[in-house]
Amino acid sequence: MSSDNLFLSNDILMSVEKPERYIGHEVNSCIKDPDSVRVRFAMCFPDVYEIGMSHLGIQIIYDMLNSFDDVWCERVYSPWVDLDKVMREKNIPLFMLESQTPVKNADFLGITIQYEMCYTNILQVLDLSGIPLESGDRKEDDPIVIGGGPCTYNPEPIADFFDIFYIGEGETRYRELIDLYEKCKDEGCTRDEFLIKAASIPGLYVPRFYNVEYNEDGTLKSFTPAVEGVPAKVRKEVVKNLDDTYYPKKPVVPYIRCVQDRVVLEIMRGCIRGCRFCQAGELYRPVRERSVDKLLDTVYQMLDSTGYEEVSLSSLSSSDYTHLPELLDNLIEECNKRKVNITLPSLRIDAFSLDVMNKVEDIKKSSVTFAPEAGSQRLRNVINKGLTEEDILSGAGQAIQGGWTKFKFYFMLGHPFETDEDIEGIGDLANKVAAEFFEMVPKDKRTNGPISITVSTSFFVPKPFTAFQWAPQCTQDEFIRKAYVCRGGIANQLNQKRIHYNWHDADTSVIEALLARGDRKVSAVIKKVYEKGGIYDAWSDYYKHDRWVKAIEECGLSLDFYAFRERKDDELFPWDFIDIGVSKAFLLKEYKKAARGEITSNCRNKCSGCGAASFGAGICPGVVKSGN
Amino acid sequence: MKKIRVRFTKHGAVRYIGHLDVMRYFQKCIRRAKVNVSYSAGYSPHQIMTFAAPLGVGLESEGEYMDIGVEDENPDCAAIKDALNEASVDGIRIKSVKVLPEDAGNAMASVYASSYEITFYDDKKDDCPGTEKVRELIERMNAMDHCVYHKETKKTSRDIDLKEFIYELKVSDSEDNPVINMTINSSSADSIKPGFVMEFMCGLDNIKLPVNALKITRLDMFTQDEEGNLKSLEEVGI
Ligand code: SF4
Repeated sequence: MSSDNLFLSNDILMSVEKPERYIGHEVNSCIKDPDSVRVRFAMCFPDVYEIGMSHLGIQIIYDMLNSFDDVWCERVYSPWVDLDKVMREKNIPLFMLESQTPVKNADFLGITIQYEMCYTNILQVLDLSGIPLESGDRKEDDPIVIGGGPCTYNPEPIADFFDIFYIGEGETRYRELIDLYEKCKDEGCTRDEFLIKAASIPGLYVPRFYNVEYNEDGTLKSFTPAVEGVPAKVRKEVVKNLDDTYYPKKPVVPYIRCVQDRVVLEIMRGCIRGCRFCQAGELYRPVRERSVDKLLDTVYQMLDSTGYEEVSLSSLSSSDYTHLPELLDNLIEECNKRKVNITLPSLRIDAFSLDVMNKVEDIKKSSVTFAPEAGSQRLRNVINKGLTEEDILSGAGQAIQGGWTKFKFYFMLGHPFETDEDIEGIGDLANKVAAEFFEMVPKDKRTNGPISITVSTSFFVPKPFTAFQWAPQCTQDEFIRKAYVCRGGIANQLNQKRIHYNWHDADTSVIEALLARGDRKVSAVIKKVYEKGGIYDAWSDYYKHDRWVKAIEECGLSLDFYAFRERKDDELFPWDFIDIGVSKAFLLKEYKKAARGEITSNCRNKCSGCGAASFGAGICPGVVKSGN
Repeated sequence: MKKIRVRFTKHGAVRYIGHLDVMRYFQKCIRRAKVNVSYSAGYSPHQIMTFAAPLGVGLESEGEYMDIGVEDENPDCAAIKDALNEASVDGIRIKSVKVLPEDAGNAMASVYASSYEITFYDDKKDDCPGTEKVRELIERMNAMDHCVYHKETKKTSRDIDLKEFIYELKVSDSEDNPVINMTINSSSADSIKPGFVMEFMCGLDNIKLPVNALKITRLDMFTQDEEGNLKSLEEVGI
């Protein structure tokens, strides 16, 4: 180690693109005396620093673990490709930012898994840390590798690489796990003895203790505990009362500009909407709100401790937060005084939100965003997107009258039961908005310039625990054809010159589908891709589609099976052993309703009995409201 | 609005933070310290602040400067200094806070020269000249009328007479690792860097320094007073 308490030498730091990624020492980073703690926890986001540092979930867990006197939690991120190369050449192990010591010194390596395309980076982190890639090969002194985050709701494609998965919200069971770890250490238990005991903590899943059998056609035949005392089902962990839990009052402030260069305030968890393609909407049920008082107290403490110039509200659908006007009134007033900006993602465009946007943004620079996800009303009913053409046109009309000229529309192509007419509806809708502008705003009043509409489409990826988990995905060729249909639909419009269209890449979408609904056999593909040099697959510059195609072939697997196949109603899914509260029967009913174009009401209007009420929390019927 | 001048240090890990990020760092640090900073008018107001000459990544410093506007009639400099230090990381320490006279030029425009202390990194010093050698080379340089350094960048290549830019160059008595002090012009973009001087000096004896051998600390920055003498930016404040 160099004299400045840095793990990397001056030579290396001066040779890499952004040395600030590796030096730690940020404001509010937590430094403890290693001799004063019993458990060292390395918390990793397997992507580059600027991405990883922007993630709220990791900040919450970091804050919680460090609030325990006996634990020191430190951060680890994927080294960027330039440092990755140097570390391999010179055999330099991956290190934790706070202590600037190797990850290998930690008792736990926690990895948050937010998107499928980071799977190869998980292997990068393990490999560079000097930890065997597969759980079964690890020795007594290797850290316990524990995974969390949305992708762990189908952990099977990465099951081999983890000792434990934590299924659900991280706030609830870590204390118990650490107590168990300390006890096992005192008693001199082996790694396996500890893992068996850990497997009986609610929410924890130890993949090594399960037997998997397949049918001849490759589908799952059975999934059963291989060790006595290990539960057959793992139920997700849920924080019942969000006011009564951890929230980082002093988040770490990075030196370099990160994706989130601001205070992030999570106002609620879950979503009332139930869009049928949306995984987050099911995983985080039931909807739970934080109280206004708690939020305001928290946000001002965070602004004081960080010095950030901006705060952003975060949730899946902020407009559905019941106390939004009250929260914003106070926040806007105080932030004006403090010269702090407010950003408001995921608002539904209506009179209220436009009024708020008018207060916090520069109309000339800001844009109005809609996410109809589907071009026709028929298809919006299929996906249960409770947003009508009338909502969109009236919202857009009000925005036009308010002086906005930049509009963004997000759609998905390749939804189940989609027809070409649905896709052509995208152009129609965009054109109607443009026509509204030219009708409403006379030539001499167009001071902010003419309207500009950006239409972006991504491709649908079926995800576990959604109504569409049975659905086939389109092939890349079909995706591209649909994108052309969409483009043609726009080009036919009268106002086509005002509409800009861009679409996302189709190759990664099918690989994402493979990883999202994969089983344990898929882990061989991930390992192969990594061995062929694949890292940073979430970055288009580093994603090599051929590498994946070859690896799939070499493993004797196919996209036809994992991505493009429609599942039978009664197929046993690799993730069925996880209980998210929402029942498979409910999801199947939703799939059938989708086929008929029938909508399901949102949780606030009417409970549809999805099963999540069993958590006894949030919005669900039968929940006794506490004070507030 | 009153202007105050803040002198700060940059040591250890934070020397890898680039100039733009140091500016962003202070925007937040000033807010944490609750300094009554002035803001520009307009839709997205920003703090009134100016920095003196940027410090290269990897260099340390005892003498960095920023000027900030404050809304206090009589700024309490001691209190501001304490508050900033309280809100700052270990590697960045506030050495002084002084009120600037109305007619003082801003930190950026008034920089004329900088002084540096240079040694060799421990792991490189065996391949670098020792104190006696450096003393001999400096004497040779000081005796020369011109020291023409050939500067090559991706786009341009030109010859610079370093002599025109060096005000002081000496080595102090130290055991094995020489401690070199130099004061050089840094008034404009085409000023020279301490590395040029070191490279030229070693070149006199055909010594090629290993890469990243120099451990450079900026000691202070200077402006020029009416008589043409160098005056520390700190001394401009009252
Ligand atoms: S039980 Fe009812 S209210 Fe609760 S999440 Fe499910 S559908 Fe919504």
